[in-house]
Amino acid sequence: MTKITFIASSGARIDVDAVDGSTVMEAAIKNAVPGITAECGGACACATCHVYVDEAWTAKTGKPAATEEDMLDFAFDVRPNSRLSCQIKVKPDLDGLVVAIPERQA
Amino acid sequence: MADILKTDVVIVGAGPVGLFAVFELGLLDLKCHLIDILDRPGGQCAELYPEKPIYDIPAWPVISGQDLVVKLMEQIAPFSPTFAYNRMVTSLEKLADGTFRVTTDENEVVEAKVVVIAAGGGSFQPKRPPIAGIEAYEGHSVFYSVRRMEEFRDRDVVIVGGGDSALDWTINLQPIVRSMTLVHRRPDFRAAPDSVKKMFDLVEDGKMRFVVGQVSGLAGDNGALSAVTVKGDKGEETVKADRLLPFFGLTMKLGPIAEWGLNLHENLIPVDTEKFESSTPGIFAIGDINWYPGKLKLILSGFHEGALMAQAAKRVVAPGERIVFQYTTSSTNLQKKLGVAG
Ligand SMILES: Cc1cc2nc3c(=O)[nH]c(=O)nc-3n(C[C@H](O)[C@H](O)[C@H](O)COP(=O)(O)OP(=O)(O)OC[C@H]3O[C@@H](n4cnc5c(N)ncnc54)[C@H](O)[C@@H]3O)c2cc1C
Ligand code: FES
Repeated sequence: MTKITFIASSGARIDVDAVDGSTVMEAAIKNAVPGITAECGGACACATCHVYVDEAWTAKTGKPAATEEDMLDFAFDVRPNSRLSCQIKVKPDLDGLVVAIPERQA
Repeated sequence: MADILKTDVVIVGAGPVGLFAVFELGLLDLKCHLIDILDRPGGQCAELYPEKPIYDIPAWPVISGQDLVVKLMEQIAPFSPTFAYNRMVTSLEKLADGTFRVTTDENEVVEAKVVVIAAGGGSFQPKRPPIAGIEAYEGHSVFYSVRRMEEFRDRDVVIVGGGDSALDWTINLQPIVRSMTLVHRRPDFRAAPDSVKKMFDLVEDGKMRFVVGQVSGLAGDNGALSAVTVKGDKGEETVKADRLLPFFGLTMKLGPIAEWGLNLHENLIPVDTEKFESSTPGIFAIGDINWYPGKLKLILSGFHEGALMAQAAKRVVAPGERIVFQYTTSSTNLQKKLGVAG
């Protein structure tokens, strides 16, 4: 199990245990974290699972792939630390990961 | 009133499920007319994931969304269905003689004995970017598609987006506008490389501007836009604009179906599992738009629903006629309809 902290746009912190090999989006949905819609179910086809990765973690989560960058065009208020959470795989390396949820999904 | 098109069955939505219904209805000699707000067939498969693989279409271990649509179009071609694209079905009413009348947002009228609603997650509509106050400008200064190019003549136009719609309209409108600015959040585009090159050529010739950034605010009054604020790496910039075209893709909304007097269950149409008929006899609902206990939103389930629905639809169109169950493999009658009889 890997701990992930979601910070809602209201500032509330939600800590969840995520299964290694699943995705950050799946951890959010499983724990009913508000603000992650994930309309397409993780197919990198909707941009409604947009998160901002905490600056301390961006090196570990890595950069979005080309298809993810394309999909981020449909998200709003995209920043350098923007990612689609369905494209971040949970692994022990990411224990303690912090991601913030934008005010609005696409 | 415009000419009325008459057919046996009108299908609202040309997604995979609406398309395959043409096949099942066609085997029973019913002619179909399909209407979709998209500019091409395929619904979610064509719009949301044309290049992604699907692994659960029976007998196709893997097939892409777009290839599935191509194969369905090939399969239903023998029945010569007619299509109306770029049209929203706005109203559905029952006439005194039991016929249904369907009207589109272009005021076309179609009359049919049977209506099949294969509207999936609803009609595709443009996404509205979360810019404060944008609603006030919609329809006057802010547009999500180009219906009339004249609307943009001699205007200061800002287009936002990095896909084909954004690039194509930048290039097509540039010759008639007063000024053209394309805004996109990064210097890379999803659009056809040829269009991207054309756009950069126009920038080089001083005929338009390309700004890397995101629109963060609008200025103007009474629905008349005067400028947009663009936030980029180097801070904010104000761009003079009286027309704004944001292209942020499409999202599905139930739309006008809610007003057709049908019973709804959480924005879905409840049906029985024998005929897949709605609360109004003669109006059927198949695919993602319907609901019944155990419903799965899968393409294969929608195909099955279409087959059973067709039997019931035939009874509505030709009451009293005996329906003989036949296989396409062995029935020369069915093979004649498919154009493959030896
Ligand atoms: C990313 C993703 C991956 C998927 N993967 C799979 C998979 O692997 N296997 C699987 O079985 N399913 C999958 N699905 C689900 C599958 O795509 C849907 O079940 C299927 O598209 C439903 O088909 P449909 O014809 O019912 O509706 P849709 O495909 O939604 O088509 C409905 C059409 O109706 C039109 N429409 C609606 N209302 C109106 C109106 N009033 N006027 C005009 N037009 C209207 C819409 O514009 C749309 O084009 C996936 C979906 C997504 C988003
Ligand atoms: S869930 Fe749709 S892009 Fe991530």
